Amino acid sequence: MKNKIARIIAACALLAPLTALAASGGVALDKVELRVANAESVQRGAKVFVNYCLSCHGASSMRYNRLTDLGLSEQQIKDNLMFATDKVGDPMRVAMQAKDGKAWFGATPPDLTLIARSRGADWLYTYLRSFYRDSSRPTGWNNAVFDKVGMPHVLWQLQGDLELRTVEGKAEAKGPVARSWETVEHVNGKDKITTHQLVLTKAGELTRLEDGKANMLDFDERMTDLTNYMVWMSEPAQVKRESIGYSVLLFLIFLLVPMTYILKREYWSDLH
Amino acid sequence: MSKLQALTNTVVNWVDDRFPVTASWKAHMSEYYAPKNFNFWYYFGSLALLVLVIQIVTGIFLTMNYKPDGSLIPGTNVSVAFNSVEYIMRDVAGGWIIRYMHSTGASMFFVVVYLHMFRGLVYGSYKQPRELIWIFGMLIFLCLMAEAFLGYLLPWGQMSFWGAQVIVNLFASIPVIGPDLSVWIRGDFVVSDATLNRFFALHVIAVPLVLLGLVVAHLVALHEVGSNNPDGVEIKKNKDPKTGIPLDGIPMHPYYTIKDIFGVAVFLVIFSYVVFFAPEMGGFFLEHPNFDPADPLKTPPHIAPVWYFTPYYAILRAIPSFLGTQVWGVIGMGAAVVIIAFLPWLDRSPVKSIRYRGKKFKTALVLFLISFIGLGILGAKAPTELRTILSQIFSVIYFGFFLAMPFYTKNDPGTEPVPARVTETNTSRQLAFLMYVGIAILGSFVFAKLV
Repeated sequence: MKNKIARIIAACALLAPLTALAASGGVALDKVELRVANAESVQRGAKVFVNYCLSCHGASSMRYNRLTDLGLSEQQIKDNLMFATDKVGDPMRVAMQAKDGKAWFGATPPDLTLIARSRGADWLYTYLRSFYRDSSRPTGWNNAVFDKVGMPHVLWQLQGDLELRTVEGKAEAKGPVARSWETVEHVNGKDKITTHQLVLTKAGELTRLEDGKANMLDFDERMTDLTNYMVWMSEPAQVKRESIGYSVLLFLIFLLVPMTYILKREYWSDLH
Repeated sequence: MSKLQALTNTVVNWVDDRFPVTASWKAHMSEYYAPKNFNFWYYFGSLALLVLVIQIVTGIFLTMNYKPDGSLIPGTNVSVAFNSVEYIMRDVAGGWIIRYMHSTGASMFFVVVYLHMFRGLVYGSYKQPRELIWIFGMLIFLCLMAEAFLGYLLPWGQMSFWGAQVIVNLFASIPVIGPDLSVWIRGDFVVSDATLNRFFALHVIAVPLVLLGLVVAHLVALHEVGSNNPDGVEIKKNKDPKTGIPLDGIPMHPYYTIKDIFGVAVFLVIFSYVVFFAPEMGGFFLEHPNFDPADPLKTPPHIAPVWYFTPYYAILRAIPSFLGTQVWGVIGMGAAVVIIAFLPWLDRSPVKSIRYRGKKFKTALVLFLISFIGLGILGAKAPTELRTILSQIFSVIYFGFFLAMPFYTKNDPGTEPVPARVTETNTSRQLAFLMYVGIAILGSFVFAKLV
């Protein structure tokens, strides 16, 4: 028995040198605070969504009246959130045809119903905050998370103008740096570190330049709302799903499992 | 005797004269004698049956609302099929729970079946006289893989589309007939609406029909020869001289039916946890790119099958193309599955259970397990040079385990003699089991982090 353990440990030990080969790199994603059950936050996100996203991107599986799950009445939805249709049971479709979008932006703006489930919440949150001015692009905008993206920065009035600064090696954040991250490349066996900084050059409605520093808190908060809305929209049943789940697990763990165990013991007690 | 009992007796007698209902109940339940020393590993047969029922019942309700239609909704790039899945998730009453039960059930089916097969491997359940049970089981496993592959196309997401594209293209690598064969399978020159419709037909009726027939054959064959057990002792060799009942046997009903209900309760805890709290299971049960609608013009950067196919996928990628064709990888992948069916004839040892086997077999089994899990982890990741080399090493071990088996099992004296009667488990066995499970899980995580 001891012999066996030793053999298995020895087999595992053979794999240890592989740690040296673990790789790193790519754009670091910021973690978003998920609060899908917070109806007010999700409502604020919905407002940003219908005002800014729902002109080019559809959400073709999401019906307007599903927003009632957030505590809104159908009348409130009709008055404040519906611009493309007058039927509250309609899905969130856009007038722009998919093939026109492809001609205008180079790629059809993807349907956003499930985007949070394919890209992930952190990706969306970081992407929405990573547009910067780039005169080489047809729209004048580029994105640090999605290079050469076809989408312009539709939220620039809220966020203001950002520029990308790239510095070799590690660098301190000087001036109005909104975000900063490092990437590591392996060149000829050596690690080459590059620091990327998004610098706020002109403040928007939700950002401020104070004493040469960038204050992005309000904009980040709004993007947290928007991300939470998209996470919620990707599966509106998720809040209910988890709440049912607790009852199901409580029933199974504290009732069905012990009862069936006692029943089994009782039946088997007459065996010897 | 009460009037009700008399009436029941009359009805049962009436049926018994025309159909063997009481005889069947006795033969398969109340007078089917199973060894009394079944342990943890013996829950997975009944659990597989449970998952099969879950899949069929949830599948029926999904079929009522799903539309196998690859055409796009006008003005969007979302297909009708993709949208109908979201319709089930949002607008059908209870639809999300039915769909998550089905998607979780698919993965749990493989969890349960892999453990069930591993049980057969460690206790020699495939050996004489149970070879046919093993063959039927392998055919069930093949059907299951077909079901999983066919069903995965139906949501018509990016991974559905490109996964099907990759797998159907494998057939195109077969010399001479390959290209025509792949067109015949797809019903088109690319994966298209025609492919979606035929995969739907095969997934909901053709393969399940075969599967159910095979499950019946699997059970009939099992009840003909009787169950194996953790000691690999034939309980029919020690019968009570008066009654003819095996001394180590207990009736299936009520003892194992009741015990299996406890197993079901524990299984449901895990199953419900996944359904209600982690239906995507971190991208392993529902892959993230599959939430993007299928786009025939946009290839995903990394195409990976769902976790249960990754060991075979790793073997496929490990084998390089030579002699101007890639067919070798396809042959390797197919052989990796088919070779399992030959176990009853590859294993030459007279001893069934791992408890009384020699050191050579135990070592080979540990190596096999490491390579199988290793291949599974490697197959889920994008290939690198190191991962390819590791996949090649593990593939050699995988096939070596089977092909060298006649040699290392032939003259491998056991550590202790096989007892005449079944034994009960003891604390040291239970501790060893827990330790092995712990090492396997920990080792898998460490390996996955490292490569």
